[in-house]
Amino acid sequence: MAKFQSLKEAVAENLRDGETVAFEGFTHLIPHAAAHEVIRQGIKDLTLIRMTPDIIYDQLVGMGLARKVVFSYAGNPGVGLLRRMRDAIENGWPRSIETVEHSHAAMANAYEAGAAGLPCAVFRGYRGAGLKDVNPDIRTISCPFTGEELAAVPAHRPDVAFIHAQKASRRGDVLIEGIIGVQKEAVLAAKRAVVTVEEIVEDFEGLHPNLCVLPHWTVASVVQVPGGAHPSYTHGYYARDNASYLEWDRISSDRELFSRWMKENVLDVGPDVFASRVKGL
Amino acid sequence: MSGSDFTPNEMMTIAASRALSNDDVCFVGIGAPSAACNVARLTHAPDITLIYESGTIGTAPDVLPLSIGDGELCETALTTVSVPEMFRYWLQGGRISIGFLGAAQLDRFGNINTTVIGDYHKPKVRLPGGGGAPEIATSCKEVFITMKQTTRGMVEKIDFFTSFGHGEGGDHRRRLGIETKGPTLLITDLAVWKPDPETKEFTVVSMHPGVTREQVQETCGWKVRFADHVEETPPPTELELKTLRDLQARTERAHGGKKGA
Repeated sequence: MAKFQSLKEAVAENLRDGETVAFEGFTHLIPHAAAHEVIRQGIKDLTLIRMTPDIIYDQLVGMGLARKVVFSYAGNPGVGLLRRMRDAIENGWPRSIETVEHSHAAMANAYEAGAAGLPCAVFRGYRGAGLKDVNPDIRTISCPFTGEELAAVPAHRPDVAFIHAQKASRRGDVLIEGIIGVQKEAVLAAKRAVVTVEEIVEDFEGLHPNLCVLPHWTVASVVQVPGGAHPSYTHGYYARDNASYLEWDRISSDRELFSRWMKENVLDVGPDVFASRVKGL
Repeated sequence: MSGSDFTPNEMMTIAASRALSNDDVCFVGIGAPSAACNVARLTHAPDITLIYESGTIGTAPDVLPLSIGDGELCETALTTVSVPEMFRYWLQGGRISIGFLGAAQLDRFGNINTTVIGDYHKPKVRLPGGGGAPEIATSCKEVFITMKQTTRGMVEKIDFFTSFGHGEGGDHRRRLGIETKGPTLLITDLAVWKPDPETKEFTVVSMHPGVTREQVQETCGWKVRFADHVEETPPPTELELKTLRDLQARTERAHGGKKGA
């Protein structure tokens, strides 16, 4: 049953050191404000799952809070590499991290299997691909009917999923629209889900019956954080701040510059700054 | 009438756009492919279906997206599906005719590396990785590749098999149970390449205007094979050039001075 809480309470109550957590949002609706709260609370030794780690995992990894990252595309989309994550992989700064690398298809299937309560996902994939030689979690299974050899990966079952969405109702039902990514699957695969939203409305009456809605009883906590996806975007509210993604390439290229930026823009501020960051977008 | 003055990059994008047709359902990869696919849509293939892995089907962006999930892709799409649905029903289900990929490293058989330079466990450079590419390369009916020629990019041996092309060549795909055609076209800033029907080694079939065989060889890390009859790629038309340049100008304005993916 969804509780309405402050972001500080929601994070403190749901995520603990050493847990497995997925922050999802496929380019759109990335829960930046929630990740920043995790950084402020210094919750550590995390196993981070995310298809495209991008800036939020670059920040969590760069702050030394991740033990392991499970991912399928470690890039700053359209810009280039993730420099903090690279520094951790190549040089162990500020700590070394374990990586478990998949393809997008495998990650999407693994979330879906988690949501479906299955132990593993089965799909036609990884044929001829090198990842299956370096990731022992990629195995094969024979179709019992045709004999076709298929790929199998373990289901994702995170302790906590964080997502950002457009709206919640007063009951805590959550509405997501636009590029919906894997958020529904991530929430249903997780033991607990924390959702930040742009807006809380009375109810969802009159909306299209096929919109993506997560009922309040699938969500542990709902927090209103206007602008909470920035520099990602929220369809219908504000656009992607592409300039910030480009700027991150510079900030993340230098350890000291990164640390200073994190202090000024994450550690020393609160979730309320996000609303001002999306003005004019 | 042809465009009088154009860059090798413009020629590459335009040559790539010409390979796409109105009936294609095209899975558009990050990087150079996006420009080519949208030029095709804005010129000779207005009804082409462009799909980005963020779930947008039949999208028609006015500017090139910076990421594969920019809002405009969804706003202009016929429909937007979830990412698991995209990979399971549409890609794995065999609905995509062409997968259009870029590459950091490529070998003569169309195998692509975008994962690491050096050893996987102790990489010299950790690249972003495959994203959707491993399954795009095997589930789309065929694969087009576009990249700029450099000896660093076109190499004798790739450091990691991010996505499988023709493997060691010949019938290697079939031997692995892969039924799709794999890479059938490589478009660079200097030439158009097609795999040899038997060996599957990429062979130069057309060179862009003014390009010499020496230039093609100097910028390629393997010994280049040329077809018996190498044609000259027709230069960009005025319309093609104008369409590409307008698209890039709109994109630069939209993203604050940086070209889109």
